[in-house]
Amino acid sequence: MEARDATAASGLAAGTTRPRLGAASPRYGEQAIKGILALCALLSVVTTIGIVVSLLGPSLEFFKEIPVTDFVFGTEWAPSEAADPDSFGVLPIVMGTLTVTLWGLLVAIPVGLGAAIYLSEYARPRVRKVLKPTLEVLAGVPTVAFGFFAFSFITPLLIDVWPGFLGDPPNIFNAGAAGIAIGLLIVPIVASISEDAMSAVPAGLREGAYALGASRMRVALRVVFPAALSGIVASIVLGISRAVGETLVVLMAAGSLPFLGITFTEQIQAMTAFIGVTATGDISTGTIEYDTIFAVGLLLFVMTLVLNLVSIRLVRRFREVYE
Amino acid sequence: MNEPGSARTRRAVAGARAAVAAGIENQPTADVRKSIAFQAFLLFTIGVAILGLALLLIDAFVEGLPRFGTELFTAETSALPQDSGFYNAIIGTLLVIAGVTAMTVPVGTGAAIYLEEYADRERWWNRLIEVNIQNLAAVPSIVYGILGLAFIVRGPLSIGFVVLAGSMTLSLLVLPTVIIAAREAIRAVPPSIREGSLALGATEWQTIRRQTLPAAIPGIATGVILAISRAVGETAPLLLVGAAAFVTFSPEGFFDRYTVLPVQIFTYFARAQDEYIVLAAAGIIVMLILLLAMNSFAIWLRNRYEQKW
Repeated sequence: MEARDATAASGLAAGTTRPRLGAASPRYGEQAIKGILALCALLSVVTTIGIVVSLLGPSLEFFKEIPVTDFVFGTEWAPSEAADPDSFGVLPIVMGTLTVTLWGLLVAIPVGLGAAIYLSEYARPRVRKVLKPTLEVLAGVPTVAFGFFAFSFITPLLIDVWPGFLGDPPNIFNAGAAGIAIGLLIVPIVASISEDAMSAVPAGLREGAYALGASRMRVALRVVFPAALSGIVASIVLGISRAVGETLVVLMAAGSLPFLGITFTEQIQAMTAFIGVTATGDISTGTIEYDTIFAVGLLLFVMTLVLNLVSIRLVRRFREVYE
Repeated sequence: MNEPGSARTRRAVAGARAAVAAGIENQPTADVRKSIAFQAFLLFTIGVAILGLALLLIDAFVEGLPRFGTELFTAETSALPQDSGFYNAIIGTLLVIAGVTAMTVPVGTGAAIYLEEYADRERWWNRLIEVNIQNLAAVPSIVYGILGLAFIVRGPLSIGFVVLAGSMTLSLLVLPTVIIAAREAIRAVPPSIREGSLALGATEWQTIRRQTLPAAIPGIATGVILAISRAVGETAPLLLVGAAAFVTFSPEGFFDRYTVLPVQIFTYFARAQDEYIVLAAAGIIVMLILLLAMNSFAIWLRNRYEQKW
């Protein structure tokens, strides 16, 4: 070896060129293909830029007429020139979105995490092999079906069983039914991702805990749950961003009256429902109504973007690395 | 050394046994009860998850059954609810989805190949693309509708409220999902296949084209079908790009006005008359049958062609 090194070194010193390992001639075809494939990947960046530009343009027009502070902190939502007086305070529909998200999470977090712990720690392999794909297929049920379910099943059920001491029974359109339906909609997401995270916890950790005499519940809650926390948090944040962005359920079951506050029984209007209703109506480009869609869309986009960045940060923070 | 059976050993064994018995029998009963309650709670949650979703399906069937029949598949939208069917919505959905498939499969696979086989993760632009795809997958679908409205229906492309606008909007929406699914399929091809090909003198592209891609195709196909079946049920963005229009005819090409199945269900529902609500429920059954067929095909494909390395 030393002899070879010495020869190589003397060869270099003498200025002789070494044989090259690369292709003898540049392969332009290969380069072109790589370029085309890179362009495909770049399309996703172009999409993002497209979304930002398409939202920003009309939003800037909107904010020329309506001051940003009036929009963000205003408490009256009557965004139409026909309304008298018109008012562009977005808080009521933001509250609408948050209210439905809250009811949704109250359903989805316990049910989703319970289902995930069951599937990962308790279920026999054969049961798991059936239940998990079932949940995943159900995650593909279109949201319009969930909206219909909220309106035609959950709301009548709530009205029927509503106990008197809770006050008036729910309206035909109400935040509660929409929230419950959204909760059911995100259960498969929370359960499936959390279950993946829990299954990825090394078996050695479980076996160690069992060897020390821990019960199954203790292993699930004190060992597996903390070890999988990053995935669990990510699943919940993803669920939240799905709930915030959900349109059809709130459009079909939650009504169309903006409501500033948290309610279960009353009508509300969510941001997505506002966009959906307004955009399907007859509106022409350049009017303030048209621009309002984009301003609300921009706010929605920023909210989910922040959620996603938070999720990436949290996942890094809670990540436990094994091996 | 103690002989087995000696008095000392016997005493030691008896002592150990007593200690173990004490340890086991003194296990606090509260802990046992808590364990049982916890297990009951878990069974309850999985029950709620499955039962809730099962009720959703049963409800749609019960409400829609009076109106369900083959004429739903063949009747066009008409002025009267009892004559209306979903024929033009089904044709619209099929056309839109054909467009989505034609656009997302090549672009999505291409992007996945670039990211898995060529991209150097140390470079900032490749990391940017990855983070960006993750972010896009979390953007609410209605925001894509706004993008479609501003850039495709109006604005720079200005093609109007036509089938192609719906296809393009949905393509942008499902592209991140298709890319992620295709990447997983490509990643599942073991490196030894590539190394073997490269060692025999094949170029990078020859390796991808003749070895990696053929091995990854079943996985890509499964992922793509699942992603596209999402697009079939997607309603919100299409509300903004023209599918909510009242059309009584079927689109014949990509530049015709259109509606799609889920949007038609929503517009029937929004008329708030009992006949139309029943019609909407029947439409949900039609859509679920279509989706079930697509999903079963994807699962069949996966089981038929799945390779274990």
